[in-house]
Amino acid sequence: MSSVLLVAEHDGESLNPATGRALSCAASLGEVDVVVFSSGADAVGTEAAGLEGCTRVRHVTRPENAHPLAATLAPQVVELAADYDYVLAPSTTFGKDLLPRVAALLCVPQVSDIMEVVDPRTFKRPIYAGDVIHTVRVPDGVKVVATVRIASFPAAGSASGPAPVETVSSSAELPSHTRWVGLAASGGDRPDLQSARRVVSGGRGVGSEDNFRVIYSLADRLDAAVGASRAAVDAGFVPNDMQVGQTGKIIAPDLYVAVGISGAIQHLTGIKDAGCIVAINKDGEAPIFEVADIGLVGDLFQILPELESALEGLDA
Amino acid sequence: MKILVGVKRVIDYNVRVQINREGTGVVKEGVKMSVNPFDEIAIEEALRIRERGDASEVVAVGIGPSAAQQQLRTALAMGADRALLVETEDELQPLAAARILQKIIERELPELVILGKQAIDDDCNQTGQMLAALWGRPQATFASDLKIADGVATVTREVDSGLETIEVDLPAVVTADLRLNEPRFVKMPDIMKAKRKPLDTLPLTELGVEMPAALEAGVCEPPPKRAGGVKVESVEALIAALKEKGVLA
Ligand SMILES: Cc1cc2nc3c(=O)[nH]c(=O)nc-3n(C[C@H](O)[C@H](O)[C@H](O)COP(=O)(O)OP(=O)(O)OC[C@H]3O[C@@H](n4cnc5c(N)ncnc54)[C@H](O)[C@@H]3O)c2cc1C
Repeated sequence: MSSVLLVAEHDGESLNPATGRALSCAASLGEVDVVVFSSGADAVGTEAAGLEGCTRVRHVTRPENAHPLAATLAPQVVELAADYDYVLAPSTTFGKDLLPRVAALLCVPQVSDIMEVVDPRTFKRPIYAGDVIHTVRVPDGVKVVATVRIASFPAAGSASGPAPVETVSSSAELPSHTRWVGLAASGGDRPDLQSARRVVSGGRGVGSEDNFRVIYSLADRLDAAVGASRAAVDAGFVPNDMQVGQTGKIIAPDLYVAVGISGAIQHLTGIKDAGCIVAINKDGEAPIFEVADIGLVGDLFQILPELESALEGLDA
Repeated sequence: MKILVGVKRVIDYNVRVQINREGTGVVKEGVKMSVNPFDEIAIEEALRIRERGDASEVVAVGIGPSAAQQQLRTALAMGADRALLVETEDELQPLAAARILQKIIERELPELVILGKQAIDDDCNQTGQMLAALWGRPQATFASDLKIADGVATVTREVDSGLETIEVDLPAVVTADLRLNEPRFVKMPDIMKAKRKPLDTLPLTELGVEMPAALEAGVCEPPPKRAGGVKVESVEALIAALKEKGVLA
């Protein structure tokens, strides 16, 4: 059986849900060891050990691992990689930053954004903003290094019993040329955009930061996360971490409500895997209606308050 | 300080790509080609650093067919001082591109390399990270702000949880995200001036780069189509449709 090393993403306190989705892909390839790099986050290892498909957790604790920096993590991944046929990470900004550095140190090509496993060496991945699906194969004898497009895989369930957690020491020499300074997380109490079951997104049509209130309000009514188009982020209506699309987040909620978003291909590629897409736009010709399961043409400033009060009586 | 920027020739982002009849790739004949949008941002950032007086030279480097000179001319028209095309008809993958850039770095000795965070054709998002690894230098990917002082770059990065700031010692590789800047428009006189700027070409075979293992390319196919939906006339009808789909209780 093949062996897979999956790099866990976490914030020092809990496991990022992206890891659980990447694990579903990893488990279809072989026995999966999940490696947690931290400066002492035991809870993260325990959490990973409880996921179905995780054979073993390997915990690498070093003071340099207090923050995830690709330059310091890559040599540690490489140190472990020799024992594995596969090295995987979720295709989040964390995995996208880290894994190519690992691949280059290992002198192997990387497969970005696996969306489907065709056979143990052959994968489908999106190119051209998802307009084309390309099948690529990793040549025989070459270690498979790949990121997993998390919207394409379900979250791993919980295991019947926890996998063993083992501490691994690392003696890799780490560079000091890269230093972590800080993180301005926009966070908030709303559900996490990448793992939320429901998402309400606003686009340029919303008009201003102030107007975005109507989006937040509807989202709260639906217990949904809030997303945005690039145009809305560029215009300063909302922070960057809300961007959905080719160069933002790729998401797969059960319900996606696009409000005042035209439906550019770079945006659509981020929502292709959504269960049900609802579009609210005053332009009946907007391309978003070509992919929407349910479309409603009209002024968002009229429709949203109406929708919200109609939802009032419902157990949404 | 010398800054090296990467310039990739790609199908313009406004073009709806067509898969070729054989299913081996996309149609490029007669299709508008442009500078990869993220590379345009990289060029702009390099120019701004030079204009602030923090750099003395901006060198644009491309890897591609002879026609990619066109995109390097755009970089020159924007304001790059000179350009270099590593000429090859082969479509190279990021690891090969990183090896080539590493070779160019050995010749040019830049203190800063700025690349786009991804190319909008293969959407790989790998080259900058791979180059930094091969070069043994820091990487600051997905940059939305870049400050340079005393041999250190302070970079704000767009990450999934917000904005992260890191500090990297130069030389380093920075990859540009969308909001790093808004690239300038090129004016006619700049295009004329760019024609007189040096643009060297170098066949890849003369560079002496050993080509690494590459992924084998299989078929290209269209993505699964979402089944068309319905338009409803009112909020009530919308809610009814959502209930019917089981999205609302
Ligand atoms: C390299 C590159 C990468 C990109 N990456 C991304 C990405 O990751 N994500 C992304 O989203 N975009 C991305 N884009 C940008 C993308 O091409 C579009 O420009 C962007 O998605 C448009 O955002 P929008 O739909 O909000 O704005 P617009 O296209 O301007 O659409 C606004 C819509 O609002 C509607 N509207 C206006 N007022 C109202 C009203 N009162 N009521 C109802 N409807 C109203 C209009 O009819 C219109 O359809 C990228 C572009 C490039 C070049």
